[in-house]
Amino acid sequence: MAGRQAVKAYLDLVSQPCRAVLIFLKDNKIPHTVESIAIQKGQHKTPEFIKLNPMQKLPVLEDNGFVLTESDAILKYLATAYNVPDHWYPKLPEKRARVDEYTAWHHENTHMHISSVFLHEFLLPRMGLPNPEMLEKALSDLDGTLDKLENMFLKRQAFLCSDDISLADLLAVCELMQPLCGGRDILKNRPKLLSWRSRVQSSLSDSFDEAHDIVYRMRI
Amino acid sequence: MSLEIYLDLFSQPCRSVYIFTKKNNIQFDHKKITLFDGSQYGEEFGKINVLRKLPAIKYGDFCLAESVAIMMYLAEKFHTPDHWYPADLQKRARVNEYLSWQHSSIRIHGSRILWFNLLIPKAMGVEVPKEKIDNAVEDFDGSLKLFEMKFLQDKPFIVGDQISLADLVAVVEIMQPVGAGMDVFENRPKLKAWKDRVREEIGAELFDEAHQALLSLQEDVKTMDPKKMDPLKPKVLKYFLS
Repeated sequence: MAGRQAVKAYLDLVSQPCRAVLIFLKDNKIPHTVESIAIQKGQHKTPEFIKLNPMQKLPVLEDNGFVLTESDAILKYLATAYNVPDHWYPKLPEKRARVDEYTAWHHENTHMHISSVFLHEFLLPRMGLPNPEMLEKALSDLDGTLDKLENMFLKRQAFLCSDDISLADLLAVCELMQPLCGGRDILKNRPKLLSWRSRVQSSLSDSFDEAHDIVYRMRI
Repeated sequence: MSLEIYLDLFSQPCRSVYIFTKKNNIQFDHKKITLFDGSQYGEEFGKINVLRKLPAIKYGDFCLAESVAIMMYLAEKFHTPDHWYPADLQKRARVNEYLSWQHSSIRIHGSRILWFNLLIPKAMGVEVPKEKIDNAVEDFDGSLKLFEMKFLQDKPFIVGDQISLADLVAVVEIMQPVGAGMDVFENRPKLKAWKDRVREEIGAELFDEAHQALLSLQEDVKTMDPKKMDPLKPKVLKYFLS
């Protein structure tokens, strides 16, 4: 790693996957710089940013000329490139497969439904476009996802994929914090997930609160 | 140690796992599940995958779902050729990047077209509003444009000169609307050329065999008992039409 330049992360901490990347970089003391891109100000649609990522999405990672998008790809890349503790993305195939299984499932489940709740509860009403029906549906879908997180992933383990924290927990926890922006704690009546969240927060030291500062400040 | 793989080749992620294992001569016990029969809700299958989704594997005592995770696991356990899931960090990251992106883009939009254009109206007898169909086609078109611009560019395959899991997952998803009679490759020469390359790399016979169930769907639906899909109807309508 001698002479290796710091990686550059393009982030907007309002975005759940961006927070996961920042927490991972900080928690593992990976040398990095952060370039803030404000989605609300349309900074992800500038010609400059589009050149970097034509998908106009965040997060983006740049490692000495190598540009990578998609938070789970970024996290897996960093976990391997920087030789972080094994529990994040275990080398043993059966343990790794559990993390890969969660990160695949995450897209159309945790991420999709949380994003929908955030859109309909926080973003659209602020643009004068509330849709209570869609919010109800999103909350109902999210409820189903939370049931699955508890019963199929967490079960009787300390963390989603094993008894140790992994990339899966990091991605999931950042999502589950998002509805706090709209003043809603979706884990309120779910003691199992509440204690999981505490465990995750404790494992992540200051980096968790630092990344979520924006969420705490947005809480109504 | 025996490897059981639960598949219904109507399903895109099942096809990618099927093609991957066959192409790499990985011996497995092919457990056929017919999604339209609702047999994924049976007690036996519930022990393999509580989520009741396909594909699923059981290797000894180890059960796993999610096609992407399954193929990464099998690639490692059966030491498949490196190009499928390269050890090189940056090439692997490119594969992961595509596999991640496709979940909420090509996969969803391609899937919708098959359900909206064929299965919901013809197999379930429920009309789909034209607006929804048009939106699905537009979204799919948008995804294909992004696919060509960002992932394929001017390379023969997504990661470069060789086929990988990214191409395999992409091709089975992009084929899905063909099952509804949509000519996905019309006016898309670059995409067609890539598909032909992928089909050749996989082996035309294996590719065609894997897609047979999908491509005969339009015919099969004509003789399908409409009541057959009744158990699935509420879930499907809620997921796609609400």
